[in-house]
Amino acid sequence: MKRIYKLLVLAIVLLSTNAYALLEIEITQGVESAMPVAITPVAGDVPIQATLLESVVFSDLHRSGYFSIIDKKNYPQQSVELDQVDYPKWRNVGIEALLTMKATSAGEDKVRVQFELYDLVRKNRVLGHSVTTNKNQLRKVAHKISDLVFEKLTGIKGAFSTRIAYISEAGSNKGKKYQLQIADADGYHPRTVFSSSKQLLSPAWAPDGRRLAYVSFENDRTEIFVQDVTTGKRSKISSEPGINSAPAWSPDGASIALTLSFGGDPDIYILDVESRKLRKLTDHYGIDTEAAWSPDGRFVYFTSNRSGAPQIYRVSFGGGSPKRMTFEGNYNAAPSVSADGNFIAMVHKNDAGYGIGLLDIERNSFKLLTDGTLDEAPSFAPNGSMIIYSTRHNNSTVLSAVSSDGRVRQRLRLQKEKVREPSWSPFRR
Amino acid sequence: MIIRQVSVIFFLSLLLAIGGCSSNKTKGGENGAMGSDGIEDGAPIDVGEDDYSSSGLDDDGSLILDPLDDPASDLFVRTIYFDYDSANIREDSLLIVREHGKYLSSSPERLVRLEGHADERGTREYNLALGEERAKSVREVLLLEGAQEEQVEIVSFGEERPAVEGTDDAALQLNRRVEVVY
Repeated sequence: MKRIYKLLVLAIVLLSTNAYALLEIEITQGVESAMPVAITPVAGDVPIQATLLESVVFSDLHRSGYFSIIDKKNYPQQSVELDQVDYPKWRNVGIEALLTMKATSAGEDKVRVQFELYDLVRKNRVLGHSVTTNKNQLRKVAHKISDLVFEKLTGIKGAFSTRIAYISEAGSNKGKKYQLQIADADGYHPRTVFSSSKQLLSPAWAPDGRRLAYVSFENDRTEIFVQDVTTGKRSKISSEPGINSAPAWSPDGASIALTLSFGGDPDIYILDVESRKLRKLTDHYGIDTEAAWSPDGRFVYFTSNRSGAPQIYRVSFGGGSPKRMTFEGNYNAAPSVSADGNFIAMVHKNDAGYGIGLLDIERNSFKLLTDGTLDEAPSFAPNGSMIIYSTRHNNSTVLSAVSSDGRVRQRLRLQKEKVREPSWSPFRR
Repeated sequence: MIIRQVSVIFFLSLLLAIGGCSSNKTKGGENGAMGSDGIEDGAPIDVGEDDYSSSGLDDDGSLILDPLDDPASDLFVRTIYFDYDSANIREDSLLIVREHGKYLSSSPERLVRLEGHADERGTREYNLALGEERAKSVREVLLLEGAQEEQVEIVSFGEERPAVEGTDDAALQLNRRVEVVY
């Protein structure tokens, strides 16, 4: 019996290691600017949970781009008991922070997780706690630990416990199935919010993190719906003649910017959520679409081909004449604004195809972050540290996250279906 | 061009001939007699039940010869192709679109839906708008040729419903289109 148990444990550990490997992390540029961090092997008496805990925290911190997780073979101590850090030895190998974790059984289905973070430069314990959780909630706990570590080391609030919404497409030409799904920020734990045999598009989170606006072709034309992801309650908010698309919630949740074409051509309108009144924000005979709000709600960024090819513009919430923001290349579209309002991520056409570009608004400098042939739908993490987007991979479409400095990219390859149009949730309120 | 004229003449004469048929048929009564089409009156011909909806025959049992279904007609072309990121109708497509406009003008009972599409490059939302711009370009020509606004409906599917799968130039071209659906 004991032997069978051991075999089972081994098999499960192998399986989970395998799932870990599906998260393909790709370091694209030098690591000199990243902080060298060590994560010692997770100690304890529950090996499955230890492996899971370690893999989740490792990949969270790794793909943020802020840290370089140093190989274990360089560690002067393979395990560290509470406050038993040999600081001089760690500093000798140039590591600046050390995270230790322990997972021990706390009765049936429960596990106690203890974690400590040491600042190896200042030589002190900067974080430490223990928490008891159900085994099936361990991923959540791991993401929370990543959040705390991230915030302690960077001063920026961690966003690993947030979620992503996206569209998945399964099936052949004969019968396709489109699903609006939400998952943890690393792509795990996907669940379906809405399913249809017709296309779904453009999910957008409300600032409360509870509701999603999206476009559905269920009536063979575009219409915009809002759905509460906890209750499933769903309502149609726009069904004008012509296009109803590209919903974007204002930061205060009172308005939704959207693209409507009943006036003759696609323009940006502001829908007052409470009164359902519409106000036309842009007015041009060309295409205006893909609205994105500045975090203070004062500006709406959008894509327009008024210059002859798609470029990013911005207009005041009150209206007025739009200001062109992008001048690099002849195709910039689908803006996403960082939480501090200083950066715009966008789809940028270049020699390799369509990649994700980043504009620093203050410095007016532009940088290409990805080199895909058909990268689409960039969406900033609520802390601005990463951008999630869809990319073509092996004849399918998968989600990828890139650090905002472009240094680290990670593919989230967790399901068979084509997945696209990710939208990163706000922080939970 | 000559071939086209010949085919138009052929088509017109065919129309006349059919016109003759159906008037004969009306005289022939309701017993399934085929009149002057080479089959003896009263011959037991099974034309199925009275459902002609998918038979290519009209209520009177005549062949439905709508000019839309003449393979030699410009009207037989129902897909208009576009250049990358463009909603301009190409020179060679303009003649075809105009023919559809003239047809609609002369057949006010006819309705048409223009379905605009884009290839997969670029963003989905922009392509949704681009598909509509393409459909609107086609509509504009139809209206110029005398079609009425009520006859023409437009809808955009953006890049969501490609005609063909594939990422090469040929596939992308086939997907940048407006489908004229009667």
